[in-house]
Amino acid sequence: MNSYDLSSLLIVALPLLSFVLIILLSKRMKPIVAGLIGTLTLATTAVLALYVAAGYFFGFGMVNGTYVHHIAMQFQWLKFSDNLSIDLGIVLDPISVALLIVITVISTMVHLYSLNYMNGEEYFARYYAYLSLFTFSMIGLVMAVNIFQMYIFWELVGVSSFLLIGFYFTKPSAIAAAKKAFIVTRFADLGFLIGILMLSHGAKTLDFFVMIQRLTQAGSPYLTHFTATSFLGLSTLSWALLLVFAGGAGKSAMFPLHIWLPDAMEGPTPVSALIHAATMVVAGVYLIARLFPIFAISAPEALLIIAYIGAFTALFAAVIACTQTDIKRVLAYSTISQIAYMMFALGVAGWGQGQTEGFTASIFHLFTHAFFKALLFLGAGAIIHAINSNEMKDMGGLRKALPITHITFLVACLSISGIPPFSGFFSKEAILSAAFHSNLSVYYVGLFTSGLTAFYMFRLYFRIFWYKPVQDRHNHEKHTWAMNSALLVLVLGAAFAGLIPFGSFVSATGGTLALPFHPAFSILPVSFGLIGILLAYLFFAKKSDRADRTVTYFGGFYRAAYHKFYIDEIYLFFTKKVIFNLIGRPAAWFDRTVVNGIFINGTAVVTEASSEFIKPMQSGKIQEYAMFFLGGALLLVALLFIQFM
Amino acid sequence: MNASTVIFYVLATFVLAFGAMTVFTRKIFRAAIYLLFSLISVAGLYLLWGMDFIAALQIIIYVGGIVVLIIFSIFLTQRSGEKLPPPIKKRFIVSGILTISGLGLTSWIVYNYLFSASNLPAIEPTVHNIGKQMLSYSQYGYVFPFEVINILLLAALVGSIVIAMKKKETKSTNENSHITK
Amino acid sequence: MEQVPLSHILILSSALFFLGIYGFFSRRNIITMLMSIELILNSVNINFIAFNKYLFPHQLEGVFFTMFIITVAAAEVSLSIAIIINLYRRFNTIDIEDTTTMKY
Repeated sequence: MNSYDLSSLLIVALPLLSFVLIILLSKRMKPIVAGLIGTLTLATTAVLALYVAAGYFFGFGMVNGTYVHHIAMQFQWLKFSDNLSIDLGIVLDPISVALLIVITVISTMVHLYSLNYMNGEEYFARYYAYLSLFTFSMIGLVMAVNIFQMYIFWELVGVSSFLLIGFYFTKPSAIAAAKKAFIVTRFADLGFLIGILMLSHGAKTLDFFVMIQRLTQAGSPYLTHFTATSFLGLSTLSWALLLVFAGGAGKSAMFPLHIWLPDAMEGPTPVSALIHAATMVVAGVYLIARLFPIFAISAPEALLIIAYIGAFTALFAAVIACTQTDIKRVLAYSTISQIAYMMFALGVAGWGQGQTEGFTASIFHLFTHAFFKALLFLGAGAIIHAINSNEMKDMGGLRKALPITHITFLVACLSISGIPPFSGFFSKEAILSAAFHSNLSVYYVGLFTSGLTAFYMFRLYFRIFWYKPVQDRHNHEKHTWAMNSALLVLVLGAAFAGLIPFGSFVSATGGTLALPFHPAFSILPVSFGLIGILLAYLFFAKKSDRADRTVTYFGGFYRAAYHKFYIDEIYLFFTKKVIFNLIGRPAAWFDRTVVNGIFINGTAVVTEASSEFIKPMQSGKIQEYAMFFLGGALLLVALLFIQFM
Repeated sequence: MNASTVIFYVLATFVLAFGAMTVFTRKIFRAAIYLLFSLISVAGLYLLWGMDFIAALQIIIYVGGIVVLIIFSIFLTQRSGEKLPPPIKKRFIVSGILTISGLGLTSWIVYNYLFSASNLPAIEPTVHNIGKQMLSYSQYGYVFPFEVINILLLAALVGSIVIAMKKKETKSTNENSHITK
Repeated sequence: MEQVPLSHILILSSALFFLGIYGFFSRRNIITMLMSIELILNSVNINFIAFNKYLFPHQLEGVFFTMFIITVAAAEVSLSIAIIINLYRRFNTIDIEDTTTMKY
């Protein structure tokens, strides 16, 4: 096994090792040791990931001008029949390597940051264990060779995120949020599982690359069989892919399965940075990217649906984000909006020449978004750590109190608003240009949403750092070296990651793609961004009533947006009134009365009654025993006689 | 119809009648006496059939030993004049059913079986023949069971003494410890 | 010469046997149960002697068995009396309904 394969194996194994070590030894060592074990292991993993990425992109990955997927290791785990087996393996592929870099670097930064942020927590060691488990699951998901392996790690990611969201388990709201996240994503995973089963039934395999090959080759018997039948106008293959997308939509918080992400902010802020900004929520995007050839070649109508859902979600979440007052909620809705960008970027991409731009743009935006969103969350964490409150109304004028946080937060806000030369500008440009070339309505929605994005992000920025000072001015950051270091590392990524020529590494077909860069095209989005920033400055930088006047102007619409368009209430109504009463109560009654009463209690009662009935036979009276004896003997004799007569 | 058959039926009636009275009577001492008479009638049956040695054995051991032993035990354990309590109704009915059905079954089997006698020359059951046969080492000799039953009798003798013995050691040690204080 | 049919003798012994069994089942006193057992053993003796006389006159096995049964019955009665005396010392009664401690 060459060094790259070994490194890939280590990349998967090291976080798992860290998890096991911390879980087993956490009671015997000081908590800080657990933190150091986690951080150092992840740092090693990050270095290995960069090493593998360098080797892949500049070395063995390129074969005849295209990047091919390289299977580092694979072994057969469960064999159902000769054709169907679940293998476990590690694959190196442009998107998996790109995501590896993202996951390991962001995870290392979160580990480092948590050394200060979670200091003094009672379950410090367990936190690091959960973080390691999560990182392991995410790496396994990204490097999966086989769609079922991805499903296994998908569920593992769900479990780890449940554990992390519900980390403050003594708070009822945290427990409820963890439950909600798990149940919503699990419900979505039902669609995913059905989609997997349908796809593997159609392609007669579970391996990604074999499946892609079988379902995209023109004239392949698998393909013709799959697309022969149709239901409601979409072929069976499209339905399978849409069901798989449903699973991805759950994890990536697309409308209407987005409800868990804002509530998941109950977890610690570094967890939000890792899970809900950079890694878990992009799993859905990764899944679609992985299956992209099938979507693009054989089921383009499914891609269209994905594009529309993505565009709608982006707008929807951006509108809600403009009204929220909790920092983390604003960032959560911003995440939903940006992931929706990535989704519709995939949705507008195609397979032909000049049409695959959306794919590269999506992965590029994933890469840059990870950096600046993690930066935003960690910065928000620093603010919350200093102020001890999440609400924007408690903050203001924090420029001098948190200088490093201020600068890094500003860079991240500029990046997310698409202002050059920061990274977000390049990736958003790519997405909007891809949309412009294939679907104009999606392009207009994306354009308007980018203006809204700038507006609400700078609303947040100005309100926190510029508004009239409510806090003291001494520097809170002197004691938090780890947090500051993490912020500084991430700001490098947020600022300069856009300069990477992403198209030469990642593209749908594996070859290189030159991302077009037209300054004339960029004028419109950048100006929308600048208008958003200006509006935010006018409304929020100083105390004024312009904001309140706008609120009353919008009236009912504002109220609806503030209450997140009542989606949560609709879900609650449906689950409480309909599901609980119609399904839950009867099921519970059945379980209590029939299953428990008849089968379990009944068995006990019957056993007891029959034993009470038999008990008097052991009465201790010899004569009764003798009577039974004689009766039995006479019966035997009579039977024998009857038989022989 | 000759005398031996008549005597047989008379003796049979005695056996059954006295046996029934043993089983049904409420006074225990009378039960013992009825048992005695029943056993004597059985001895009479043996005599009728020419088994004089067995008849003598019956009278000596059964009547003279066992019934006397039973009477002694009655004296030792309770007043013999009182009436015994009647049996429990349910027990009475069930055992009655069992015995009558058993009797019916056995009688029916016996009636339907054809017994075949053998034609070999008879051997007289005199004491001489019995003794010779019992103590011989040949194929039909019974010397081994004879010895075993002797040992059984020894064991019964020792066993009954041990079982019925009053435990006197604890009392004497108590008295001794009382003295040494 | 005309003899009593063997089946009559066997019926006699069966009747005596079942009388003994009835007595064993329904008597409440241990000593009367013992007496019923003696009736049973006697019925078996009658059986042996009858078979010996009627079916196997050339052998003496019936006689031997009867002897052995009588001997063993004697041993058994002596042991039973010993046990009854022990029981009487413990429970102060020989009513069998009162000695039911070996039950459920």
